[in-house]
Amino acid sequence: MKPTDPNIRWIEEPRLGLTGRMYLPLVVQGLTTTTRHLVSPKQTVSFPEERPKIGNPLIYRGVHRLNKDDAGRVKCVACFLCATACPAHCIDIIAAPSPWPDREKYPESFVIDELRCIFCGMCEEACPVEAIELTSLFDLTGRSREEMVFDKEKLLSVYDQTKDAEPMPSHRGGTTP
Amino acid sequence: MTAIVVEALVKIVLLCFALMTAAAYLVLLERWIAAWVQDRLGPNRVGIPLTKIKMFGLGQPLADGLKFIFKEVYTPSHVDKVLYIVAPISILAAALATFAVIPFGSVLPSDLGFPQPDGGPIRLVVAPGIDVGMIYVFALSSLAVYGVILGGWASNNKYSFLGGLRSSAQLIAYEIPLGLGILGVVLAAGSLRLDTIITSQATSGLWNVLVQPLGFLVFLIAAFAESARLPFDLPEAEQELIGGYHTEYSGMPLLLYLIAEFLHMVTAAFLIVILFFGGWHFWGLTGSSDEIGWGTAILRVVVLVVKVLATIVFMMMVRWSWPRFRFDQLMALAWKVMLPLGMVNLVLMASLVEYGEDITATWGRAFLIAGMWIATLLACLAAAWIAPLSGDNRPRMDAA
Repeated sequence: MKPTDPNIRWIEEPRLGLTGRMYLPLVVQGLTTTTRHLVSPKQTVSFPEERPKIGNPLIYRGVHRLNKDDAGRVKCVACFLCATACPAHCIDIIAAPSPWPDREKYPESFVIDELRCIFCGMCEEACPVEAIELTSLFDLTGRSREEMVFDKEKLLSVYDQTKDAEPMPSHRGGTTP
Repeated sequence: MTAIVVEALVKIVLLCFALMTAAAYLVLLERWIAAWVQDRLGPNRVGIPLTKIKMFGLGQPLADGLKFIFKEVYTPSHVDKVLYIVAPISILAAALATFAVIPFGSVLPSDLGFPQPDGGPIRLVVAPGIDVGMIYVFALSSLAVYGVILGGWASNNKYSFLGGLRSSAQLIAYEIPLGLGILGVVLAAGSLRLDTIITSQATSGLWNVLVQPLGFLVFLIAAFAESARLPFDLPEAEQELIGGYHTEYSGMPLLLYLIAEFLHMVTAAFLIVILFFGGWHFWGLTGSSDEIGWGTAILRVVVLVVKVLATIVFMMMVRWSWPRFRFDQLMALAWKVMLPLGMVNLVLMASLVEYGEDITATWGRAFLIAGMWIATLLACLAAAWIAPLSGDNRPRMDAA
């Protein structure tokens, strides 16, 4: 669109009052604001010693975990919905016939490449049995790429680590599939 | 003769050491204030090297300095090699040389036992008794622009060049209000010597800021522009010019530029304090005579340093308080507001010195000072009415 376009509507700047034109009152105003922030409580924390507060850990999208059912078995039924939904293609599942009578399949291997993951939470949305969830663990580090590829055991251990702080939806009054 | 040289050398070494340390720690202070204003914690990690002791991050300047020293000094192939190296050196040399006439205290007591050629006590200034001190400071601070322009030109880079160009325009524009602000003070003190200016304020007990608020206003704004601090940092303007004149610099040459920049700020703070806030003088604390003991001598240094630090903190707060001026606003401010205001102040001070000397009664002085404040207010109102800083600079196609 060129500046000569007739569709452009030119808006006049609102005329400043006397305080605005003198500028000095605004100087005082600006300095008051900065001085107030100089002494106000800080938003950041000294990280490793002090953990930042996460607003609602139940909806935070951090490291994944694989939930276990009451019998301690993996809840996943290897339906591949999460892997299909994943826009980053970071979930790799190998299904096998289930050893348990209540379902047909279970994941023999369940691998998430945390380096490819974009933490969008689509897997959690897609899961019909609330097996995969994103926790509030955000400080995900590793010394190699291999270390950042989480297999089933590691994902289950994340569940053990976080189950008390962040119970599954079914255990906090949600619907059980 | 040897005594003078030794004395001067000792002062120079002390001053250079103090200034370099101060510049390093001012960087830390700047980062702290930046962080606190933005509700962050700021640098608080680095303490004593190789230990776990943190000390609120007081070791940060050392780490910053080491980082700069060990960085590669990369010289791009398209630069003018000689000027590229000379520019940062010249700007730092000018910034350091300015401090030759700036007093960092009053005098040391005469019982020191050090033979002084003129028999007086030792003055806490590298080059005592320079009668053109103020002009010397003024000349050297203008010289700083050479470093900026040379750096911008030698870098052979459009951003750098634009930075240098802006800097030259800005410095020329603000030299004049700066000079006008100083002239009022010089008229009041009747001398260009910085120590005399302080003494005259100490004797009368009236700091210049009380007598000529308009001059202070003009000088303060011009000093900000002269040291290229926000809201007048157009020569660097990270958001539009990457780094301005030092875009192409790295390692030690960049460090020289940054130190010089902080030294300019320190110079500006010293000048503001010395010219307008009575230097080492504080009512009821320091007295005004040169015949002093050790206690008063140290107290005067402390008072001066505290005032300078407060000014520097103010300058750092200003950085986060207001947005940068647009270049046309900057020029309009210099030529349409600061210059006339400086003139008004000069005329007012000249008439005060000419006709107000005879009035010695307390109420008469108070009346005169009140008159100066009212005149300041009126002048600011007039400036706001005639030349407001705001203005639409969009290319209008519908009108015309």
